[in-house]
Amino acid sequence: MMGEHSSKQYDHELEAIRSKVLLMGGIVETQFLDAMTCFRIGNIERADRVIREDDNVNQLEVQLDDQCSHLIVRRQPTANDLRTVMATIKVITDLERIGDEAAKIARTAKSLHGRGAVTVNHYEMVRSIANATSDLLHDALDAFARNDGKQALQLIAQDAIIDHEFRSIMRNLITFMMEDPRTISAALDTMWVAKAIERIGDHAKNIAEYVIYVVEGKDIRHSRVAAPAPEASPE
Amino acid sequence: MTQASKIIEISGLNFYYGKTRSLHNVNLDIHEKKVTAFIGPSGCGKSTLLRTLNRMYDLYPGQRAEGTIAYRGRNILEAGLDVNMLRAKVGMVFQKPTPFPMSIYDNIAFGVRLYEDLSKGEMDERVEWALKKAALWTEVKDKLSKSGLSLSGGQQQRLCIARGVAVKPDVLLLDEPTSALDPISTSKIEELISELKLDYTIAIVTHNMQQAARCSDYTAYMYLGELVEFGETDQIFMNPARKETQDYITGRFG
Repeated sequence: MMGEHSSKQYDHELEAIRSKVLLMGGIVETQFLDAMTCFRIGNIERADRVIREDDNVNQLEVQLDDQCSHLIVRRQPTANDLRTVMATIKVITDLERIGDEAAKIARTAKSLHGRGAVTVNHYEMVRSIANATSDLLHDALDAFARNDGKQALQLIAQDAIIDHEFRSIMRNLITFMMEDPRTISAALDTMWVAKAIERIGDHAKNIAEYVIYVVEGKDIRHSRVAAPAPEASPE
Repeated sequence: MTQASKIIEISGLNFYYGKTRSLHNVNLDIHEKKVTAFIGPSGCGKSTLLRTLNRMYDLYPGQRAEGTIAYRGRNILEAGLDVNMLRAKVGMVFQKPTPFPMSIYDNIAFGVRLYEDLSKGEMDERVEWALKKAALWTEVKDKLSKSGLSLSGGQQQRLCIARGVAVKPDVLLLDEPTSALDPISTSKIEELISELKLDYTIAIVTHNMQQAARCSDYTAYMYLGELVEFGETDQIFMNPARKETQDYITGRFG
């Protein structure tokens, strides 16, 4: 880890921001897992809770933005401190969006199960991509917590796998809809959910990219490094 | 940032105060019409380095420099060099404003008379030009015969800069030019630095890291008489290559 500042108060302020980001990360991670459970078993109450939790996440985003601007004005951070603050401001934006996507999944779950009669095996369709995304999000937050640039770099390749899997789900669902038009409504809902999961994967990848920016000082967004081809498409 | 040509090339520079060695093998290039800032904790040798660039140390017995400082290709540490001509080309402004106890006009004209023989009209023009360069003209144009000491601290410092500019130097050395000034005077001086660099090469020593970040193109971080890191200012403050530099600029030092 980095050494301490001559000013202890500065260390406290940075640490307070860092732990609040991790708190926010924990909340959206739970939101996502809960939303997926709702999609699987159709628990309406839990879906409502996911949607309500979004308010807390939004509040945290506002608070953290404020804390970061205060830190900038009071401390004029430089070098790795500056990069940490810049990255934090971006990480919380991605976390807030992940919260939105989770709420979207919960809403879709409510409507899908509310209508009853499910004719595609909707959960099985997205199970693998959901697990991969949940791992990616967890690991990205972990890399952020530990300032681990190496781990972050590995995660970026995983997002490419998720994107690939999303396209294969889409092809699959189209086949269902063509075979039996009665599946269209459920298939579309499943497609929205798969899309939301894929977006969460993108946000998690962004977080991994910010970790690399903090550690190495290199901005690898929109570069070749950021998108290595997946080694092999998973089965 | 485009690569500027080197006006001063320092290589293998060692400096001694008597037996104490206070600069250790410094190698550094200063680029023409750019601002180079020297930062580092007290006693790191940054002011010493600045003082070698116009041989200010010559005034003190027992101080000597080894190595080479090539100014426009010529080693200024050579014995036969005309130090007065060097100082006309490489001017210096100090931490505390040091106006001469004479009129504002004469503060400027005094130095010019040492090097040039100007008519009254030409001298008036030169004084006005220098005061305008130093962003002081509008404040003092109606009281040029008043004492330089009657001005405020910030105005006195700008008067010293005008005095430095008046002899049309090539390089300006600023040794903590704003550490005795309030924030408004400081920002005027910084504004001035960014205008002066269109015509001059500037080297500035500062304890204020934000000042180095604001007004320099290149930054050198020094510690215990050694040059730790030298690079473009943005790179030094965003992503320094050396951990020692990072610790110093982020306040993790000592």
